[in-house]
Amino acid sequence: MTESSGWFAPLAADSDADDDVLVAAIRDGSADEPDSWPDRAVGEGAVEDEDAYYDRLHRATMAATRAAVTERERADDSQLIHAIRAMDDCQRTANELAERVAEWAGTLDPEAGSGIEYARDLAATEPEPGETAVVSLAEQVVDLEAEADGLRAYVEQTMPTVAPNLAALAGPVLGARLISLAGGLESLAKKPSGTVQVLGAEDALFAHLRGHAPSPKHGIIYMHDGVRGTPPENRGSAARAWRGSSPSPRASITTPASTDPTSRPN
Amino acid sequence: MSKLPDGIQRRQIDGQQRLATRGESVYGEPTDGEWRAWDPHRSKLGAMIELGMDHGLEGGETVLYLGAASGTTVSHVADVAGPTYAVEFAPRPARELLSAAESRPNLFPLLKDARKPNTYAHVVESGVDAIVQDVATRGQARVALENRRFLADDGRLLLAIKARSEDVTRDPAAVFADARDELTEDEMGYELVESQRLDDYHTDHLAVVARPK
Repeated sequence: MTESSGWFAPLAADSDADDDVLVAAIRDGSADEPDSWPDRAVGEGAVEDEDAYYDRLHRATMAATRAAVTERERADDSQLIHAIRAMDDCQRTANELAERVAEWAGTLDPEAGSGIEYARDLAATEPEPGETAVVSLAEQVVDLEAEADGLRAYVEQTMPTVAPNLAALAGPVLGARLISLAGGLESLAKKPSGTVQVLGAEDALFAHLRGHAPSPKHGIIYMHDGVRGTPPENRGSAARAWRGSSPSPRASITTPASTDPTSRPN
Repeated sequence: MSKLPDGIQRRQIDGQQRLATRGESVYGEPTDGEWRAWDPHRSKLGAMIELGMDHGLEGGETVLYLGAASGTTVSHVADVAGPTYAVEFAPRPARELLSAAESRPNLFPLLKDARKPNTYAHVVESGVDAIVQDVATRGQARVALENRRFLADDGRLLLAIKARSEDVTRDPAAVFADARDELTEDEMGYELVESQRLDDYHTDHLAVVARPK
C-alpha cells in the first residue's frame, strides 16, 4: 500500500474516490497496529478536518457493514439453515394444529380421526353448516404440510451444491440439520468429530458434564439410518463409527464449496 | 457512588427512577420525551453504572465497543460518548446494529471478529479512552489483551466476563479468578481497578474495570 495504511488511503490518493472503493478498503483492509487515523487522514489531505473525517467514516462503515451483512446472510449455508428451521417449524405447527383439528372435530363427529391424515381427509370434504371453521383450519394444516414438503425439496436440491460430500454421507436433510446446529458450514467443518457426534444432544451433554447423567451416545445423527437401524446397545459404537467414518464428516465437509476463498465470509 | 457521566441522568420513567440517555429509540425502551431508559437488566455496562462502579466515563470520550450485538448498549454509549466504534461478528444482530447507527453519526458499525484486531486496526483509531467489552465467546480475557493496543495509556477497560462462555461446568468463581490472573499477569496486560459480580442483574457475570499497565 501507499504511505498510509488506513482505510482512507484511497481518499488520500484521490479525494473523489468512490464509496465502493472505501467500502472495499474497510472490508478487506488490515493493519497490525492502529494509528491516530483522524490526524493522519487530515495530514494526508484525505479530508478537510476531523468532522469531515468522521462523517465519511460513518458513511463508509455503514455501507461496508450493510454489504458484509447482506453477503453473509445470503451465503448458501445461511439460506439452508433458514430453510431447514422453517421446515421444522412448519412440520411442528402442522402437527399441533392437526391435534387441535382432531379435538375440535371430535365434538362435531364422534367418528373423527386424528393426525395430519385426518386433517387432510377433512379438508377435502364439503363442510356441513357449522363445520366451516374447523374445515378451514384443516385446510391450513394441509397447506403447512405442503409448505414443509416444498422446503424439504429446496433443502434436498441445495445441499448437494453447498456441501456435496456431507449431503452424500449424511443425506441432505440430516446434513442441513448438522449445519444448522453448528451455526454454519465453516463452524461445522471446524468442530471435532466428537462434538459432531453429540450435536443436538446439548441438554444431555451438559447434564453429563455437570456430573449427573451418563454421556450421550449421539445427537441428531440418530436420524441417520446407520445409527437408528442399530440395536440400542450398539448405537454408541455406530455413532462413533459414523463420525469417524472415512471420509470422516470433518473431511467431507471441507469440500470445494467451503474451501473456495471467494465463498468465504471475511 | 461514581458520578454519572454527562449525558446520563436518573429520570422518573414509568414511575421509577431509571438511568437514561438522550437519543432516538432503538429497542422499544420506555422513554420520557427524548430521554430513553437504559435497562441494567439488558445491559452489562448499564448494570456497572447502576452499581456505581468506577467506570471513569465523563461523556464525550472515544470508545471501542467489542460485542455490540444488536446495539442495545452501544446505542446508549453513543448517546453520551464521542466517536464510538462498534464491533460485532454475527450478521443477524448486526442488522439491528445498523438501524441503531443510522441516527447516530458518531457510531461506526463494523462486522468484524473481536479476536482478530488486525482486521479492523486500519479503521479504529489508536488511543481510545475506553474499551467496553461484552463478547460471549471463550477466551474473553484474551480478547481484552489483544485489543489493548487501541487503548490510551490513561484509558479504561470496562469488561463483562460471562462465566458460561468460558466453561459451563466450572464454578464461575474459579473462571473469574483465572480471567483476572490472565488479564494482569502479562507486562502488556492490565491493572485491575475494580471488579464485581453482576448477579443482581446478570447471572454468572463478572464486571471488571481495568487500566493498561
